[in-house]
Amino acid sequence: MKLSNEELNLLAILEENHNVSTESMAMQLAISEDDVKNLIKKLEDEKVIVSYPTLIDWNKIEGKETVVAMIDVKVTPQRSVGFNEVAEQIYRYPEVTSLYLMSGTYDLSATVEGKTMREISLFVSNKLATIENVLSTTTHFMLKKYKHDGVIIEGKDDEDRRMVVSP
Amino acid sequence: MSIDYQQYLSKTAMELKPSGIRKFFDLAASMEDVISLGVGEPDFTTPWNIRDQAIGALQDGYTSYTANAGLLELRQEISKYVKRRFDVEYNAENQVIVTVGASQSLDLAFRAILNPGDEVLIIEPAFVSYASLVSLAGGVPIRIATNSENGFKVTPEQIEAAITDRTKAVLICSPNNPTGTCLNKDELTELADVIKKHDLLVISDEIYAELTYDQAFTSMAAIPGMYERTILINGFSKGFAMTGWRLGFLAAPSELIGLMVKIYQYTTMCAPHMLQRGALEALRNSSEQVEYMRQHYWRRRNFTVQSLNRSGLDCHTPGGAFYVFPSIKRTGLSSEEFAQELLQKERVAVVPGNAFGASGEGYVRCSYATSIEQLQEAMNRIEQFMDSLQK
Repeated sequence: MKLSNEELNLLAILEENHNVSTESMAMQLAISEDDVKNLIKKLEDEKVIVSYPTLIDWNKIEGKETVVAMIDVKVTPQRSVGFNEVAEQIYRYPEVTSLYLMSGTYDLSATVEGKTMREISLFVSNKLATIENVLSTTTHFMLKKYKHDGVIIEGKDDEDRRMVVSP
Repeated sequence: MSIDYQQYLSKTAMELKPSGIRKFFDLAASMEDVISLGVGEPDFTTPWNIRDQAIGALQDGYTSYTANAGLLELRQEISKYVKRRFDVEYNAENQVIVTVGASQSLDLAFRAILNPGDEVLIIEPAFVSYASLVSLAGGVPIRIATNSENGFKVTPEQIEAAITDRTKAVLICSPNNPTGTCLNKDELTELADVIKKHDLLVISDEIYAELTYDQAFTSMAAIPGMYERTILINGFSKGFAMTGWRLGFLAAPSELIGLMVKIYQYTTMCAPHMLQRGALEALRNSSEQVEYMRQHYWRRRNFTVQSLNRSGLDCHTPGGAFYVFPSIKRTGLSSEEFAQELLQKERVAVVPGNAFGASGEGYVRCSYATSIEQLQEAMNRIEQFMDSLQK
């Protein structure tokens, strides 16, 4: 799919902040608000824009702290459906927030979120590991989030160190 | 014993006009919660790969001098870059100098070509340093005023009318600071005809060459017959977001470069070695980041021009750089009054147009090198300010 310069810039705006008003987008792209709406609709229909998530740091909120683990899963692929069926069995769990098929020493990479380490351990031992065709799991708990989806969580680059007025 | 220092001071230096920006800077710097549209540099930090190369160069011990004209490797890369981007060929061996920023390139150019009393035509509104640099080199700046009706473009007739038998060179800055005006190939060709006819040189300040939005950039050196007459000034500051590195370059016929290198070896020796290494990475592997920044500026320009026009400040759409230069004439205020009141009432800093020459009176320079969120807030404040003036 080839996109126009306006469409590419529209995506760049939305990727940074989907909360921008249609009016602002129209002004930035120098097109009409109706054109913006039509472009967004088209990109949504084509599943180029898949959803509009908000990056929330739940750990800042008392009682909402979360623990995240990345789990390497080795599975036995099945005839004719390959990895897809076992992948579906895994991604249906709401605890699983992302799932990728990987090249390398294991097959599926799952991200799992829970309130405590114990909750995740239970999920892995009771649910994930017991799925038929899952051969083994290796759980890595995430200790600190530095960067997520291109956003640096506590960066220094954002500070404006420029003088207030310069020629 | 008290010493009268006045007796020691240089007349030329004392007679330089104080920068119109300085006073305003002091005022803005003393206030809090100011949104500044007064900044003449990118809000982006230098792309990481470039910074990383410079850090590596320090780690590897590149701490010595380089050749006066800069690392040959970097000059070769500059030569390739200028060919690739602007279709002009320079020999890295004897036609390129790596300088400590475009301002120093200008200084070198003027020192190399001016004899006392020689005149340089400067098209205003213009960058604050030009006239002073000409004076410091013993020359006489001759100002040509442009206006918004003409999109701040100088006409061949205006240049012709300003030429005397002392005229040595014309300084052209496109895309322009402070107006953002870009001259296209046809317009440059028309100016070139006058310049050739009167056997003049051109100092072409192309520091904003990477930042054009509507038309491809044309270098003065690429205009037929102008290569031999052009001192091309460019650098890393604006397009690559490397202002604080102080790295620029200069390209010209070897007969001119030779003299400039001679001056450079006595005044500066060379640009910092480790930073020159970083600049190699800028030219080799950063075109995607440059384009990323350019697209941001393009969106901000569109947004800013429309916002200003809506709030009642007439503003043409500039083709390049990251400035817009709206007229504030309908407010009845002078540029300085407008800037001062806007700062004090709404805490938005802009630069009064008269800082860039008398013909900038009636305008202010707004830089859109700031985030869209900040721009949005600044535009809201400007709208409020304009409303308050009408009451």
